[in-house]
Amino acid sequence: MITWLTIIIAGVLTYATRLSFIIFYGKIKMPAIVEQTLKFVPPAVMTAIFFPELLLDNGQLYISPGNARLLSGMLAILVAWRTKNVTYTIVIGMLALWIFQLLIN
Amino acid sequence: MQVNKSLPAVNLPRNEFLSGVKAVLPLMIGVIPFGMIYGILAISAGLPPSTAQAMSAIIFAGSSQFISAQLFALNVPAIINILTVGVVNLRHGLYSASIAPYVQKLPNHWKWVLAYLLTDEAYAVTINHYQRGDNSRNKHWFYLGSGLTLWTTWQISTAAGIFLGTSIPASWSLDFTLALTFIAIVVPALKDRASTGAAVSAGVAAVILFNLPLKLGLLAASLIGIMVGLAIERRS
Repeated sequence: MITWLTIIIAGVLTYATRLSFIIFYGKIKMPAIVEQTLKFVPPAVMTAIFFPELLLDNGQLYISPGNARLLSGMLAILVAWRTKNVTYTIVIGMLALWIFQLLIN
Repeated sequence: MQVNKSLPAVNLPRNEFLSGVKAVLPLMIGVIPFGMIYGILAISAGLPPSTAQAMSAIIFAGSSQFISAQLFALNVPAIINILTVGVVNLRHGLYSASIAPYVQKLPNHWKWVLAYLLTDEAYAVTINHYQRGDNSRNKHWFYLGSGLTLWTTWQISTAAGIFLGTSIPASWSLDFTLALTFIAIVVPALKDRASTGAAVSAGVAAVILFNLPLKLGLLAASLIGIMVGLAIERRS
């Protein structure tokens, strides 16, 4: 029961967050600075999510040739930059991770 | 076939919808394994299959579902679990603000549906489509197409993970597809110094602030990145 309640409240909270600006836009005047700010949202948020995945191991900084996730992540960044292709980036990044993990262990 | 020359074909709702589906499709290579991992994780955290699947429909936000399932396993108080999901999903408020100007003329029932479908991936392809120069008036159909594709894929892949349970070994590291998906979205979009500065500073800040409670480091790092981007743009 408490599990369901937790999920439902968390879901309502998430939905309210998603709906917030969509429903109130125009009813609240947004300063120009906010509008300029919004274009930096995707690069900032998504990089803040994936950097720790590459650079941390159990919450500790792990910069080393033994860090397979860091090596494959850097390769994936290179592939994404050169090809701009989502499929290549994910497939090559995943294959690289498996190869590096095999080599390192 | 009769073609109305004053309107480009892409303007039709059906075509917009299909373009949305097509735009988000490559991202499914990352979403499917991630959804399966969530299903596996939720089961090993002790959630019943129905509850684990319901979380995908009710919360519908991958990384927060991961964390929430782990918190269920740790038996933390419900309020902590709810707050953590809320904080991890605060970034959707930023997405909401960013997409709001483009959907403001739609009737409310569209807004309610589109808000439910506002995920990282659907947002990324849709905002890109909105910012493109052409003035198609049916771009919300593109949003619907990408959002529904993502929703369907997410439900099916989490169900597959729940069904497979613990039969996929952790050594496959399928959770890494989340990082790869975001790399594939972000890197090609870094077209100037300001956005690159925003990305790099947010990433570094997220690493430094990672151990803040309630995953607040993610939000703080995002705000730092946004401010750095703004500062670089002002100077040039």
